[in-house]
Amino acid sequence: MKIIVLAKQTFDTEAKLSLDNNGKIDGQGVKLIMNPYDEFAVEEGLRIKEKTNGEVTVISVDKEQDQDALRQAIAMGADEAVMVVPGDVELDEYATATILAKVISKMEYDIILGGFRAIDDGSCQVAGRVAESLNIPVVNMITEIKIENGKAQATRDIEGGSEVIEVKLPAVFTAQKGLNEPRYPSMKGIMKARKKPVKIIRLGELGLVEDQIAAKVKPVSYTLAEPRKAGQVIQDEPAKAVSQAVKLILEKVKVVV
Amino acid sequence: MTKGIWVFVEHRENLIKKVVFETLSEARKIADQIEDELCAVLIGKSNDSLVESLSEYGVDKIYLAENDVLKTYTTDGFTNVMSDLIRKYEPRALLIGCTINGRDLAAQVAQRLATGLLTDCTGIEVIDSQLVFTRPIYAGKATVKASCKTNPVIATIRPNTFAAVQNKKDPKIVKTVTDCGNIRQVVIDAVRQVSQRPELTEANVVVTGGRGIKGPENFKLLEELADVLGGAVGASRASVDAGWAPHSMQVGQTGKTVSPTLYIACGVSGAIQHFAGMSSSKCIFAINNDPEANIFKIADYGIVGDLFEVVPLLTEEFKKLKASS
Repeated sequence: MKIIVLAKQTFDTEAKLSLDNNGKIDGQGVKLIMNPYDEFAVEEGLRIKEKTNGEVTVISVDKEQDQDALRQAIAMGADEAVMVVPGDVELDEYATATILAKVISKMEYDIILGGFRAIDDGSCQVAGRVAESLNIPVVNMITEIKIENGKAQATRDIEGGSEVIEVKLPAVFTAQKGLNEPRYPSMKGIMKARKKPVKIIRLGELGLVEDQIAAKVKPVSYTLAEPRKAGQVIQDEPAKAVSQAVKLILEKVKVVV
Repeated sequence: MTKGIWVFVEHRENLIKKVVFETLSEARKIADQIEDELCAVLIGKSNDSLVESLSEYGVDKIYLAENDVLKTYTTDGFTNVMSDLIRKYEPRALLIGCTINGRDLAAQVAQRLATGLLTDCTGIEVIDSQLVFTRPIYAGKATVKASCKTNPVIATIRPNTFAAVQNKKDPKIVKTVTDCGNIRQVVIDAVRQVSQRPELTEANVVVTGGRGIKGPENFKLLEELADVLGGAVGASRASVDAGWAPHSMQVGQTGKTVSPTLYIACGVSGAIQHFAGMSSSKCIFAINNDPEANIFKIADYGIVGDLFEVVPLLTEEFKKLKASS
């Protein structure tokens, strides 16, 4: 079974944000981690590979040098890593998905996995868009997947519960927390990841015309959030503190009691 | 000429989701500002009571796309219908509640129509006759304002962000012929927990238990408090990872994003990952026995104390108020 995993690097959650001279989020010197939801996708890809004697290829769209997430995936057990380097082009989710779909369309694949959202921009749309571009079905937010006879049954979150969806392969699935517990890379894996070359694909090689990857979304401005200020800690014996707190809360917000 | 601000009507078992009314209310203001019409798009099975409740929220027109196949949500079924409707009527914007299925639908329609999608928005405004959306990014540490160069702009709206304001109208009903197209997702089974409590993301009050709750049996205390306030119960990552609560209750970066009027954090330390899921709460109240806990740095009000003592007192206090009101 040929498995493709879409993975991206995100800012470490603890990272302090600042804006650059152009008023955009400044990525300079920020520690990057593999998007936690993408780790679930890599892990699931590896589990399917182990069951089906398959092959896992991890793909990312990023700067050529930002290969840590790809190398982490190789260290975990992925077979191949592909970095698509867009260069100076401004990408939005539409453009990123269109590029990924173009890269994937030249490969063999049975299953495409990705995280259901990235923790940086949280846009929850690239994997679904890739499915649409490749004209294959998507099942989002899965917590379990079983594969049999060219079909997959995936359990996905719905509000207040879960449902089981069956689709024919190839298909795209996005990972929700609970799908699995990602493994730590082995020593052997880490050694392999150091030596393994990452395949670099430049945008120009894909035969996409500029129009096809022109971003649809136009950011107008970025603002750093005012940090929430520490409020009032009520110091009193519990019963008095509670009635004081309730009074203050009800003065501030309307809660139906 | 593109016309109309559309709002997708997510409904189930004859009930329209609260976020739909919130979105309609905000979209009504925008429609008035740019002198456009506000349309609701109802896919599935409609009836008088659904139409009636939509007409309470300032809707000029309701597009009905009815078909038995659409009784249950499927990604393809709803994407096919919505995309065809958009191609036919060419609205300016499509707004969708940022729910599990809302997000799912939005991405597919956006790619099919080769247009932009702004997710989890907390603000809509008109700048130079363009719709501009505000969305929190990077765990709530920043916001971005963005517009879309193509029509329609698609946006998902964070629940509990806008107030639902009643505004009675007499909407025109447009029944559309519905070809559902090829649906590749087959729903084999669905399980829903029966709960009298509101959905976590829609609740006005959320009571969350962290590591300090010490065990699954103690969530009962939080449920009692939540029930007095008509709220929902959440859990921090620590208590979910400990196996005390299911992941569906998790609030935070790898859980749900909630935006209630009142957020009560009980025994939650207040890691940045937790903050990512609740930073847009209107009022945060924290109970923790550690005066140095991070949660006090972001809470509006707090009590340093034993939650096993404080929470029942809080429940009693709200009960008393309820009895006297």
